[in-house]
Amino acid sequence: MTEPDRIRCEEVVAHLLEFLDGEIDIGRRERIEQHLAECRGCYSRAEFERVLRQRLRTLDDASPPDSLRRRLKSLLDAF
Amino acid sequence: MDQRATTSWQRAPPAGGRPPCSAEDAVLRTFFCAAVEALTDRLYGTALRFTRNPAAAEDLVAETVAKAWMHLPQLEDRVCFEKWIFRILANTFFSQCRHAREDPVDPCDGDDAGFSIFDRLHQPFLLWWGNPEQELIHKLLCEDIDHALAALPDCYRAVVIPVDLLGYSYAEVAEMLAVPVGTVRSRLNRARAQLQRALWNQALAAGLVHGTPAKEDAHD
Repeated sequence: MTEPDRIRCEEVVAHLLEFLDGEIDIGRRERIEQHLAECRGCYSRAEFERVLRQRLRTLDDASPPDSLRRRLKSLLDAF
Repeated sequence: MDQRATTSWQRAPPAGGRPPCSAEDAVLRTFFCAAVEALTDRLYGTALRFTRNPAAAEDLVAETVAKAWMHLPQLEDRVCFEKWIFRILANTFFSQCRHAREDPVDPCDGDDAGFSIFDRLHQPFLLWWGNPEQELIHKLLCEDIDHALAALPDCYRAVVIPVDLLGYSYAEVAEMLAVPVGTVRSRLNRARAQLQRALWNQALAAGLVHGTPAKEDAHD
């Protein structure tokens, strides 16, 4: 069986965010996955980006002002 | 109080064109009210991040809720309600921007050089003993991140919020903004670099890290 083309760290870094977004073609995705399984530096970079992304996804919600709650209540009551 | 949302609702037909007092409508209304109530904090938080203005965020949420009710019969699967109403919120914001000629899709042609906190902090020899780059992210307060988000230009927030906070695909954002997918991709890369640059400078100011400030308009 032929070993798949290796991918270099520079190429992984260039496409890492698209990879983490799931916005990359399957061939490149598999090569990046293989690279991350073998390269500690790139794996650490990917983990850092995942952690940052997780913080962004879990930012605290803002507390809506009472005026908005009253406004929504009157809207919903009218429905 | 902004009357736009109330007015748009008053013009809205009963859900699905059915009589407003049918049992089915009562179930629909109960579902809608509960879903909106559960999501109000997140809707307002996202609206505030889009608009950076409490009054505008309030208007945006009210208009979103009114539109969502009006179009509720078009929602085929209620499991998708959350993603659906946040898409209405984003679309409404972009529509308001276009109407006000504050188009968030104005080109950002500057050469926004890449910046990575990882490159600043990662120390390979600490691999098994510490992880300063991840520790920094955990030390940042939500307000630090919100401040960095708010500092982004409109055209960058217009891609970062839908993709990084709401989980939309590049194609979905491209459709909402009426730009090519490649434009979303390139703006997202610049926006994320700028976001990390702002976070790095805030971390420096807060004494969380040591180093040199990231320049806003230069390669690091």
